[in-house]
Amino acid sequence: MKAKHQRLILVIIALVAIVGAGLLAAWSLRNQANYFYLPEQMASAPPEVGQAVRLGGMVKAGSIKTEADGVTVNFLVTGNTADAIPVRYSGILPDLFVENSGVVAEGSLGPDGVFLATNLLAKHDENYVPKELEGMGTDQAAKMAAETTVGLK
Amino acid sequence: MIPEIGLAALWLAAALAVLQMVSGAFALKAAEGAVNPLAIYARPAAVVQAFLAVLAFLMLLWSFAITDLSIKLVASNSHSMKPLLYKLTGTWGNHEGSMLLWVGVLALSGGLLAGFEKRLPERTMGATLAVQGFVALGFYAFLLLSSNPFERLPVPAAEGTGLNPLLQDIGLAIHPPTLYAGYVGLSVAFSLAMGALLTNQVNPSFARVLRPWVLGAWVLLTFGITAGSYWAYYELGWGGWWFWDPVENASLMPWLAATALMHSVSVLAARDALRTWTIMLGVLAFSMSMLGTFLVRSGVLTSVHAFAVDPERGAFILGLLGLYIGGAFTIFALRAGAVAEGKRFAIASREGALVFNNVMLSAILAIVLLGTLYPLLTEVFDVRVSVGPPYFNPAGAIFAIPMLLVMAVGPLLRWKSDKPARLQFELALIAALVIGVIALVSFFGQFPLLPLLGLGLAAALAVAAFLPLRGRNLARVPVATWGMVLAHFGIAVSLFGMACEGAFSQERLAAVAPGGTEQIGDFAVTLESVTPVAGPNWTAIEARLAVSRDGGEPVILNPQARNFWSPPQSTSESALLTRWDGQLYAVIGNQAEDGRWQIRVWWKPFVTFIWYGGLLIALGGILAIAGRVKVDVKRRAAVTKGAERRADVEALDVASPVPAE
Repeated sequence: MKAKHQRLILVIIALVAIVGAGLLAAWSLRNQANYFYLPEQMASAPPEVGQAVRLGGMVKAGSIKTEADGVTVNFLVTGNTADAIPVRYSGILPDLFVENSGVVAEGSLGPDGVFLATNLLAKHDENYVPKELEGMGTDQAAKMAAETTVGLK
Repeated sequence: MIPEIGLAALWLAAALAVLQMVSGAFALKAAEGAVNPLAIYARPAAVVQAFLAVLAFLMLLWSFAITDLSIKLVASNSHSMKPLLYKLTGTWGNHEGSMLLWVGVLALSGGLLAGFEKRLPERTMGATLAVQGFVALGFYAFLLLSSNPFERLPVPAAEGTGLNPLLQDIGLAIHPPTLYAGYVGLSVAFSLAMGALLTNQVNPSFARVLRPWVLGAWVLLTFGITAGSYWAYYELGWGGWWFWDPVENASLMPWLAATALMHSVSVLAARDALRTWTIMLGVLAFSMSMLGTFLVRSGVLTSVHAFAVDPERGAFILGLLGLYIGGAFTIFALRAGAVAEGKRFAIASREGALVFNNVMLSAILAIVLLGTLYPLLTEVFDVRVSVGPPYFNPAGAIFAIPMLLVMAVGPLLRWKSDKPARLQFELALIAALVIGVIALVSFFGQFPLLPLLGLGLAAALAVAAFLPLRGRNLARVPVATWGMVLAHFGIAVSLFGMACEGAFSQERLAAVAPGGTEQIGDFAVTLESVTPVAGPNWTAIEARLAVSRDGGEPVILNPQARNFWSPPQSTSESALLTRWDGQLYAVIGNQAEDGRWQIRVWWKPFVTFIWYGGLLIALGGILAIAGRVKVDVKRRAAVTKGAERRADVEALDVASPVPAE
């Protein structure tokens, strides 16, 4: 009788801890998950200023400008529509960061409407493309898909 | 010819897995103590299967070594101009090859179990081998039906396409094989747990059989995760050592489950408590291994590490995953009630502390699992999210901090029941260290909360790790206890490194003209020149950085930006300057229009302690295995000696003249 009792208490404690972990996870995931925006989504329904989000699209041709300090770049990201979001980033650019190529910028929207990127994910290598860009539905996406399947079966 | 031998060996091994499964299952039909005539084939089947699977892997290794371009896998993943070492490591740098390695290790560990484990009752052994065969069969089917590594090309390729340059690194030579061996070592723990559950043999002698497998797998996982973390740190050039990337989480989750399992097996072996809990953790640990394989191999997750993307294969592994995990938990639910209750214990006892930490580890596992799967779940509803450090760090810490505090005290408690009052001095010391260090560090500046807590806990844990040795004759402390002390100390060392990296790292990013100097911390970094260089299969621009600390003798660092030509790709090779109190991490970027070069430099105090700690933890595990083996060998020797003496006595009895009646 008492033996059963102890096992029951152990099971209950374990369940409470695991369910607690699950609830905590669910709660903080809703607050901390980093949402993905396309440029047109960010233009029509922008996230709150300062909220960590990701912005994915194409680097607009001719838009990459380097500031005088040599490490800060400004560029425009476009999607399926004419909307273009200005992005500012300080740091070493990814190796394959070029105009007319896909990019995912991690960061947050500043009060002036400029997206302040803390990290840029460009095509990291031939086989990797930010997964979000697969759904872009433009000829560029098709081109990229062709590029990114090199060496894959 | 070579690949055909490999393929034939794989098919034969699959057939033997069926034999092992059926023959092992017949052992269950035998009565207690009796041997079923059909059950004797399980052990030899497992041993021969191990031989064949390893042979298949060696054949693939050979094909890569000679760059046999008539094999599709070699042609699409290797290149004749590659250095030999990377030709060999390229064998497991791709989907098919790494799955073959997985299966090879699986069969090898099954063979070792069948060949050398004689302590278990035959029925339990039969059931264990049947389960092991069943698991192996699924993965043979996966390999042979959907990812045949030996597939020939109709026309041999003229030249291979090469291996991803990020993978052309010594890190790839050691990281995946150790991780896989760890993952798959847990399959034996799984099979043993199922075997013991089916034959109702969940007892301390079963735990002693299980323990070396769990310890071994855990050591390999620890080592693999440590090596992988360091590899990502210097190879990816982002200056981070842990990214909460799904692929990293996939290796962390089995480690968390294995850590819990290892501790609960010890309780079962020493105290005959936590019987069902141990079985459940055994199932959970291998489930996490298979989930990890699924996440990495199916390409369902966005990840910089996932180099192979193939949803069809993903569906296959998902099916296997559902079959094994679902089956195991069904058997668990049906049979767990039949496992008798183990010995009881008070809340304030060593068992109590271990149970608490087991639960905390499981909670951290739940946090990591949910965070890893959440993006998949939301994607079903077309919402794309990513989950990163802002979630994992605080949510994990909520459970890690109480766990670390209990870990400091746990080894000091007595088995079964103890009075906390007995440990007044130790408790006060630990509390004083945590509070004292936090107060001291906050006195010098403003630091984020988690690194601050980490520093306090690290100091307390480092001292607490050695408290179990207090008042003992050090020469007589068992080797396994030294292992525990070392592993717990390693946690403190690692935590110290993480906290220092989080609190005190400095970063400098600037565009520098040749001859220009930047200051970071105590270091003056001068860009002397930038020159083009070439390697066997790449060209690069290389910066020459003269780094001098406090005006001392300058040291030259050479970070590179490399361009590989097959496959065409660029990588950033960081340059590291290691000192006893930290690392200087330098990366070269692009050239600005005005001719200046982007240089990024970090000074990371004590960052190396993260990996030193990891190595200490693994070493602790090795000592624990060595200690157990030593005790086991001693016991066996004693038994043999006793038997010999008895035989001698009997021989004497026979030889001595029988007194006449």
